[in-house]
Amino acid sequence: MFSTEMVNLMLQGLVETLYMTIFSTVAAYILGMPVGILLVLTDSDGIKPNAVINRGVGGVVNVLRSVPFIILLVAVMPLTRAIVGTSIGSTATIVPLVIASAPFVARMVESSIKEVDRGVIEASLSMGASTFNVVWKVLIPEAKPSLITGAAIATTTILGYSAMSGFVGGGGLGTIAINYGYYRSRTDIMLVMVVILVLIVQVFQEIGTWISTKCDKRIR
Amino acid sequence: MPIIEIKNLNKTFVKGTDSFVALDNIDLSIKRGEIFGIIGLSGAGKSTLVRCMNLLEKPTTGKVIVDGLDITTLSERELRIARQSIGMIFQEFNLLMQRTALENICFPLELAGISRREAKIRARELLDIVGIPEKENSYPSQLSGGQKQRVAIARALANNPKVLLCDEATSALDPTTTQSILDLIKKLNRELDVTVVIITHEMKVVEQICNRVAIIADSNIVEVGAVDDVFLHPKTSAAKKLIFSNSDATEKFTGNGKYLRLVFDGDSTNRAIVAEMILKGGSPVNIVFADTKTIDGKVYGHLLLQLPDDPNAVGKMLDFLDAENITYSEEEYDV
Repeated sequence: MFSTEMVNLMLQGLVETLYMTIFSTVAAYILGMPVGILLVLTDSDGIKPNAVINRGVGGVVNVLRSVPFIILLVAVMPLTRAIVGTSIGSTATIVPLVIASAPFVARMVESSIKEVDRGVIEASLSMGASTFNVVWKVLIPEAKPSLITGAAIATTTILGYSAMSGFVGGGGLGTIAINYGYYRSRTDIMLVMVVILVLIVQVFQEIGTWISTKCDKRIR
Repeated sequence: MPIIEIKNLNKTFVKGTDSFVALDNIDLSIKRGEIFGIIGLSGAGKSTLVRCMNLLEKPTTGKVIVDGLDITTLSERELRIARQSIGMIFQEFNLLMQRTALENICFPLELAGISRREAKIRARELLDIVGIPEKENSYPSQLSGGQKQRVAIARALANNPKVLLCDEATSALDPTTTQSILDLIKKLNRELDVTVVIITHEMKVVEQICNRVAIIADSNIVEVGAVDDVFLHPKTSAAKKLIFSNSDATEKFTGNGKYLRLVFDGDSTNRAIVAEMILKGGSPVNIVFADTKTIDGKVYGHLLLQLPDDPNAVGKMLDFLDAENITYSEEEYDV
């Protein structure tokens, strides 16, 4: 159906897409998770209320989240060039992907951590837990199932963003879909790309749900 | 020296331009080794008061002295260490849902810097003490309410605290389970020499295990004393309202007039006091309410009688009661 060349191109696209998605998700969590935790701690009913930090950080998160990804992609090109040296290809795409998804991840983490019962936090404080203890021994472990579910959603969202970056030469399956499927009107290639993307989303989502359920000790 | 001493404690919550006084100039002294009850209706400030004892709630002004140390003056770090010797249990148990019973008990030990291995040994001991050694690998979701509270008690006792604060610890439990948890707390108080402070809205809890009680109403402590004194002879109207309200249907009275509240102690309950009193007065009385209470194993009778209109007959009845040394109070209701 497809030439070997085409199949190889698709495989390379798949690898690039997975590389962008996974790398960006990890980087987005490294940046976004502490921000999400900070938002919970400094909230008015958090354990270290601080309206200035909370509103400031929350504001930055909101601003970044309100910029449509396709615009951000183009807007941060100078920064991308400064960091990676080029603005095209999958490695270059990681920069806008991380910038766009870290605030999203921060909000996901914030909402997961907020699910932790206030009483449990109070109990741990009554036993002499420090803020650091509360974060590491209470908030993250107690919110783990929800954090994992959130991570699956974040990963699939980032996958979607990475495909969008195909419009500006971002590499991966998105680029193949644009260059072959759209510009050359190869509907079959477009279809294959879409099917592969759907499958990846399914796999990530299933794995996420499975791990989340598996590690949640509340369900028995 | 009292184990907990509270001096001039005030707590005002401020939200925007509104402020609410939760605790108004509280003074309280809790003796070493006793089981001390703090009872009040919801909203009276009792939960805030117990949270001031380990500074989960920071008092607006005042001192909280625990075992000779004014904890309001401590740095955050010093406070965390002080909190390790003040255990606390809650109405909703507040266990870590993703940890087993054993791991929950290990939690405060980890915080205190005890090695994992030693923590586990200590946690197993505690599970034995609270009577559920077989549940060590169960998660909270697999435990009943009573078992969860047992784990919470074990966790609160892990670092050998001097004080155990109980915030409505039995309010989410059924009567049978409540009884078994109260028995456990009483046993721990005796055997581990831990002072217990119990916050509750249930008279039964205080009657069963407390040595002394404070009644809190509208942000103030209105009465403090031995449980039998306070519960049988409340002096303030706030205390009377709390102690007698659920037992009488005083609001449902149809007649105006004079009432007599009689409280019998354990010795006179075997005698026909009311019958003798009626014979002396030569006039019938209407029994409006009758109850018996068991406070710390002793039985007390409690009667509310509507007196006859004849003042002469009433005088004779009261003379009889005085002669017999029976405690009573005259009350009037206008309905």
